Amino acid sequence: MRYLVSCAVVALAFSALTAVAQPAPIDVLGRADFALLNRVTWGASEHSASELERLGAERWLDSQLHPAAGEHLPPSVQSQIQAMAVTREPMIQLARDADGANRFANTLPTPEQRGAAQGLYQQGMNELMREAASRSLLRDVYSDDQLKEQMTWFWTNHFNVQAAKANVRTMVGDYENAAIRPHALGHFRELVLATLKHPAMLRYLDNADNAVGHVNENYARELMELHTMGVGSGYTQQDVQQLAGILTGVGIDLSPADPKVAPKHAGDLIHTGLFEFNPNRHDYGDKVLLGHTIKGRGFGEVEEALDILCREPATARHISFELAQYFVSDDPPPRLVDAMAATFQRTDGDIAAVLSTLFHSSAFRASLGTKFKDPIHYTVSAVRQAYDEKVILNTGPMQSWLGRLGETLYNHETPDGYAMTEAAWDAPGQMALRFDIARQMGAGSSGLFKALPPATTNEPEFPQLRNALYQQTVARTLSGPTTAALAKAKSQAEWNTLYLASPEFMRR
Amino acid sequence: MLRRDILKTLMVGLPLASFGRVWAAPQTTARMLVVFLRGGYDAANVVAPVSSDFYYTARPTLALARPDPANPLSALRLDADWGLHPALKDSLYPLWKKGQLAFVPFAGTDDLSRSHFETQDTIELGQPIEAHRNYGSGFMARLAANITGAHPIAFSDQLPLSFRGAASIPNVGVAQVGKPSVDARQVSLIEGMYQKTALAPAVDEGFAVRDEVYQTISKEMALANRGAASPKGFELSARRIGSLMRDQFNLGFVDVGGWDTHVNEGGATGYLAGRLGELGRGLSGYADELGPAAWNNTVVVVISEFGRTFRENGNRGADHGHGSTYWVMGGGVRGGALVGDQVKVTQANLNQDRDFPVLTDYRSLFGGLVQRVFGLRADRLAAVFPRTTPKDLRLV
Repeated sequence: MRYLVSCAVVALAFSALTAVAQPAPIDVLGRADFALLNRVTWGASEHSASELERLGAERWLDSQLHPAAGEHLPPSVQSQIQAMAVTREPMIQLARDADGANRFANTLPTPEQRGAAQGLYQQGMNELMREAASRSLLRDVYSDDQLKEQMTWFWTNHFNVQAAKANVRTMVGDYENAAIRPHALGHFRELVLATLKHPAMLRYLDNADNAVGHVNENYARELMELHTMGVGSGYTQQDVQQLAGILTGVGIDLSPADPKVAPKHAGDLIHTGLFEFNPNRHDYGDKVLLGHTIKGRGFGEVEEALDILCREPATARHISFELAQYFVSDDPPPRLVDAMAATFQRTDGDIAAVLSTLFHSSAFRASLGTKFKDPIHYTVSAVRQAYDEKVILNTGPMQSWLGRLGETLYNHETPDGYAMTEAAWDAPGQMALRFDIARQMGAGSSGLFKALPPATTNEPEFPQLRNALYQQTVARTLSGPTTAALAKAKSQAEWNTLYLASPEFMRR
Repeated sequence: MLRRDILKTLMVGLPLASFGRVWAAPQTTARMLVVFLRGGYDAANVVAPVSSDFYYTARPTLALARPDPANPLSALRLDADWGLHPALKDSLYPLWKKGQLAFVPFAGTDDLSRSHFETQDTIELGQPIEAHRNYGSGFMARLAANITGAHPIAFSDQLPLSFRGAASIPNVGVAQVGKPSVDARQVSLIEGMYQKTALAPAVDEGFAVRDEVYQTISKEMALANRGAASPKGFELSARRIGSLMRDQFNLGFVDVGGWDTHVNEGGATGYLAGRLGELGRGLSGYADELGPAAWNNTVVVVISEFGRTFRENGNRGADHGHGSTYWVMGGGVRGGALVGDQVKVTQANLNQDRDFPVLTDYRSLFGGLVQRVFGLRADRLAAVFPRTTPKDLRLV
């Protein structure tokens, strides 16, 4: 009833417009629940609001921390994902096909032919990267497992790779989907191991080139500095070099055949998919890492090194700090980080347990609604609110908005990943750009419903931001100046623009 | 731009009575652009110690050939000891010959973490390394606050740490400048929503700079379209920066990535040569775009977080090192020389038997430079670079 009344008011205000949402089966969500929903998900949507309403906050949170196995997506999203090459074909095939295309290009007689074939090879890889991004964004917008998808993005950023390097474009979809997503709420050490063994990481941070006598310490350093312990946490240049030695021989092999290995170490060879531990390239000397002597013996050294790194108190603190920065505030309270680090150590790196400590803290509650959205949260939350009920067919416009806002998926050049602090995203130039994009998003569907070829349909859907969720809950959270500005909108498109440009919509 | 001047003045904390004096004071005509090569560019292969035999032993596949006019792939002679990468032959070498480009070898920080991010932060904050870091105070922001008539801007998609501070400093990604689509009425409605929020200055500044930059760049584009092929990548950005710094902005920062060459760096040709060529064309395009009068009042400083290992690694690249070589250029720069403290490049003189030592600290180098360029008083300089003794290399 309440809903009908507010609809009538809207209808009066915009009698010329018919853009009024259908009533959704939700009741009014309390302010605190709405704020919780907006933080734990990629942004509140009517569907997620009704789920929270149905289960109650605590059970809903638990379902987000421990989602059932499998994908929980609307069928039309599932079928879009199923149609993608990155879903249908295993990575090993994609990488080998691309490699074959590259080799073929190089055999062609004239520079023009080589150029054209090289172009196709590059295009093919770009297409795989776009598909991977598209799959990721569709899940962000529509998956029921919102926390899992948020954590998948978080870890993909934490263990950043840049797709543009070499053939990483053929691998990045699998990297996110097979190395990271299954462990996004699982055990930290398993997650690190999965990224360590993935060819996207091995290529991006050059460990594929790290061999005895040809040491490359790039990955070893970032594994300690960024992935586990954190800078300034007590390891030395000597430790970096020792870890690089441990990691010699950990690499990639595109060929199906095993390499010839000296008989002495033949049993140490590991060759699964594209991953290879090649004993010929490994330094079998003993190493000393952070004071622990590691007996030279092959890949077992890497396992042992990971045990040491993941159990360092510095790692528990570093990871807890980053999670708190993502979910609480730029400068999270040390007491919260300590509590999370204690959970991390007690549970040997159970990510869901650490997050549970975070979500049940008073600091988390107190911070709701204040965290500035980085571009991906901004973009995804807008699409979630606008197109919750009507599944988009093309993420191209989202990818282009993210590109303009500087947070393209798989495109951060350096291994630190995108910054999670407000100062990285709220500078004058970025605000102006964001408003420009708010206008684009507000004015129409900008190609989100332009079906991918071979289909040719394009049935634009007007963004339904002033939906039941807005009427019943969001409207009551807006400030006086925002409400006043919205009241001056001359059209629904302008109303949308102002809403998406409002200070409230910038925060989660 | 007046609004910004007022902000700056307020920030510096001058008593109200001095307002009149500030407005009456001659505005600075000097400009400074800081170019940050992120990733730790391989200084030893750009300004190469060609008189050092150790250089050739340490870098069997990367080293540049000794200067030889008959060999277009050899290093370009700078002096008896040093040679410049040949990818800079047509862009920056002419500036060197005109005496408008100087190199400061063995420059950098006292940060030995060899972490990109840690060391970039160290440099951009410009704070004493032993002090607790204040991430809300970058050295460019402090510089802007201490110069009368500063019009600072970051030519980057994100505001760099160096420009973070009390005032809202504009940023613009010059590679993508489009026609503003939010109209004037909507601008005022949006500004109204933010009026009482902490983001109000950023929102106002963002709209103002958006319009200014669009006007300048669209004019330049209209002119350029009648000319030859339009430049791309950093060259396009640098030319746009030149046109924006000619009249509107005088304190700029831009970063260029892609220098972390662990693998297949290349020597006279190859990956690094390509990056350098683009950088060189960009910087000489920037000078062109400024025009001779403005170029004479401009100082460009090119920096990077660290140098790389002096020995090449196992993959024809180099790993994270320490000392770098900074570049200082401009129409009024006393260049054509390598300046600052130097040592012979031998194994014994390496830092930790690994990389170049740092003999010129970046804070004292910048301190000495900005003191001359902007005529900063000692107390102002101490606010920009606390606890640093400026090193006057007499570059300007």
